[in-house]
Amino acid sequence: MTRLPGSYPLALLIALFALVPVGVLFALASDTAQLFDTHNLKVLANTLALMGLTVLGSVLIGVPLALLTAYAYIPWRKFWLIVFAAPLAMPSYIGAFTLYAAFGPGGEINNLTGIPTPAFYGLPGAALVMTLYTYPFVLLTTRASLLSLDASLVNAARTLGMSLGMSLWKVVLPRVVNGIAAGALLAALYTLSDFGTPAIMRLDTFTRVIYVEYNAFGLSQAAMLSLQLLVIVALVLFLESRVKVTRERPGRSLTLWPSRWRSGLMLAASAPVPLLSIALPLGIFGLWLVREGAAGFELSYAWNSTYASFLAAIVAVVLAVPVAHAAISGRAGRLMERVTYFGFGVPGIVMGTALVYVGLQLPFLYQTLGLLVLAYVLRFLPLAVGSVRSSAESLDASLVKAARLLGASPREAFTRVTLPLTLRGMIAGAALVFLEAMRELPATLLLGPTGFETLATYLWRVYEAGYFGRAAVPGLLLVLMSGLGLALMLSGERRSEFEVTKSGPK
Amino acid sequence: MLSVSNLSVDYGSTRVVDKLNLALADDEILMLVGPTGCGKTTILQALAGLIPISEGEITLGAWSASAQKPVPPEKRNVGMVFQDFALFPHLTVQQNVNFRLKDRALADHWIELLGLGALRHAKPATLSGGQKQRVALARTLAHEPVFILLDEPLSNLDAALKDNLRWEIRNALKAAGVPAIWVTHDQEEALSVGDRVGVLKSGKLEQLDTPETCFSEPSSRFVARFLGEASFIPGHLEQGRVRTAIGDAPGTPVDGATGAVDLLLRPDDVSLIPVADGGGNGEIAWVRYEGGARLFAVTLDDGTEVKVRASHETRAEPGSRVQLAVITTHPLAVFNRE
Repeated sequence: MTRLPGSYPLALLIALFALVPVGVLFALASDTAQLFDTHNLKVLANTLALMGLTVLGSVLIGVPLALLTAYAYIPWRKFWLIVFAAPLAMPSYIGAFTLYAAFGPGGEINNLTGIPTPAFYGLPGAALVMTLYTYPFVLLTTRASLLSLDASLVNAARTLGMSLGMSLWKVVLPRVVNGIAAGALLAALYTLSDFGTPAIMRLDTFTRVIYVEYNAFGLSQAAMLSLQLLVIVALVLFLESRVKVTRERPGRSLTLWPSRWRSGLMLAASAPVPLLSIALPLGIFGLWLVREGAAGFELSYAWNSTYASFLAAIVAVVLAVPVAHAAISGRAGRLMERVTYFGFGVPGIVMGTALVYVGLQLPFLYQTLGLLVLAYVLRFLPLAVGSVRSSAESLDASLVKAARLLGASPREAFTRVTLPLTLRGMIAGAALVFLEAMRELPATLLLGPTGFETLATYLWRVYEAGYFGRAAVPGLLLVLMSGLGLALMLSGERRSEFEVTKSGPK
Repeated sequence: MLSVSNLSVDYGSTRVVDKLNLALADDEILMLVGPTGCGKTTILQALAGLIPISEGEITLGAWSASAQKPVPPEKRNVGMVFQDFALFPHLTVQQNVNFRLKDRALADHWIELLGLGALRHAKPATLSGGQKQRVALARTLAHEPVFILLDEPLSNLDAALKDNLRWEIRNALKAAGVPAIWVTHDQEEALSVGDRVGVLKSGKLEQLDTPETCFSEPSSRFVARFLGEASFIPGHLEQGRVRTAIGDAPGTPVDGATGAVDLLLRPDDVSLIPVADGGGNGEIAWVRYEGGARLFAVTLDDGTEVKVRASHETRAEPGSRVQLAVITTHPLAVFNRE
């Protein structure tokens, strides 16, 4: 009696399509003789050390900031929350680039003020940058958990004579461990897949070594390394699926009223974080803009970025509609949707490696824009699916029934009710994909047709050539894209994460 | 002894509590009642130190807190019983009651007294609502507070449980000999449990007095309505007696009311006799069956509505005529005509 939802065949096709990169990597890696050598061990150690330090750092920064933004009644609460969450929207290579250029002997700060500053490179430098751009994951997940806790337990502990600090430590933190873990795993995932930061900081992690191998025409070795990286990614994803963020019975969350000087002190203590992650890149790019203007920059870079990203956004949304529809139709569809999420876990450099090989096998694709767009779509499809699905889910099924009962045909009900109501989600999804693609670096480096420079790849060439000053315009444009991404985040699906609770005395 | 003078609390630019003054004797239970949003929970939180105050002073034995000189909750030695019980979910009943105690004897005392002996090792999640409330009370009392705040402690419980638990809590508070402020929105609870009742309206105390006085001599129409069914009928006050369309009664003027006044009638102050069509002085608007009695709303011939409680044996349908008469002999509150 049950007819399969019409979206299933299409969704299945798209899901299978999303699995192509892994299949390709297996085929490619089987050519290589070396499974694992001592150099590999070093790369593995570097990757894990960077991941470990980043997770540690992002928890140490993210949890106190979550407590501050969730519970303290400080002036301009929402503003501070946005400031502290903003690094999430910035690609970390921007931070790595500017931090690298600003500090150290001969760095911009040294040049400008004469004050010698320590240089940032290698493991400490990469860990610092990754921490600065991944702690918002911990901040947001922890904050959501904190806000879901009812205040009365802390109040009970305090009226029973426990100090505030001890109450937070003993009564609050044990209940948000899962929220912290969820954020920490996201930070770990992001660190594993990031290419720009370890590359700029010259730390031999999997992503950097894959790129080196690729440039040395060791494609099958790059594939082998990619598979090894994917194993670690899969492990983290598995852990993530095991973390259950428990929601307690909703209640009014705790609000603390720190005195004015105490709020000031707390904000001052947290100031270095946004200063380093946001103000520093802006300052450095601004400095270069003043010093060198738009030298070397061509408008075609911005146009290339926009064009490729726009194509990717359109394709992603078109593919997302059947997948999202399948996801809300049944369990099998839900599984297909999960499979398309796979691409999100595949680091850009790995996706690039796989698709380069696809290009080599299918000459009509080699060195075409289509291949690059394909990479974007495979990587960022989940963003579009999530956006479309959430807007379709919020669509009350009885609305379509009501339209049908009023005499509309299924087609009319779709075009006059379903479509207008889900359009917002589709546009939001397209915008998310667009902005992500604009900032994508590693896959673009590998797959961009010869002579096809985007903002991100141009920034990379500038770094490689050492003409740092020329990064001003593309850098600022990328920061602007990040700002738009943040604005989208604030108005879209994740808006609720930025609500400042109105939990005052009633 | 607790004393509160000129306590005000602002939330943003809204004044939630406005110049509250009260003092509590050593083992007195004060019931704070008022409609939703009147500031009763805010007062409790301010007394416990959980929210900052904008004005005034709270003094309790060793400490004294003001807007400039706040005292953190953990330094106040104030006990609080929460509406949702606030039991630590990861601790057993005994561990909850023992929370910060070195001496277990007192915890055992209250666990036994409140009949929780068999549940010592149970986790809160396995307890019923009534049991949770007893644990919360035992935990608060075992920590020997000098003063106890109860925030609608019975509002999450079944009606059947409320009656018993209400008295259990009162007896436990009296046994511990500590003063308490008990917030509720249930007027029956307020009148029956407390030594004194404070009626709040928009952050201000409308009346603070014994339950009897608050009920029979309310300081305002608001208090009169809040503490029970109230009807006001026009009359004329002269030399301590009020003359109305349905009879005379001794009157106690509120705010110096005199001449043309409104008389406060409770449903038990009036008798109701069904009469044949065309007779009597009013017509039944609606009837509510309450089991042991019936509550009638009667529209008098001058248009005033009066609520009357009569025996369940009295039967009359809406639309039929009745004869009402004031039957009380004790003085009734009289308000200026509005």
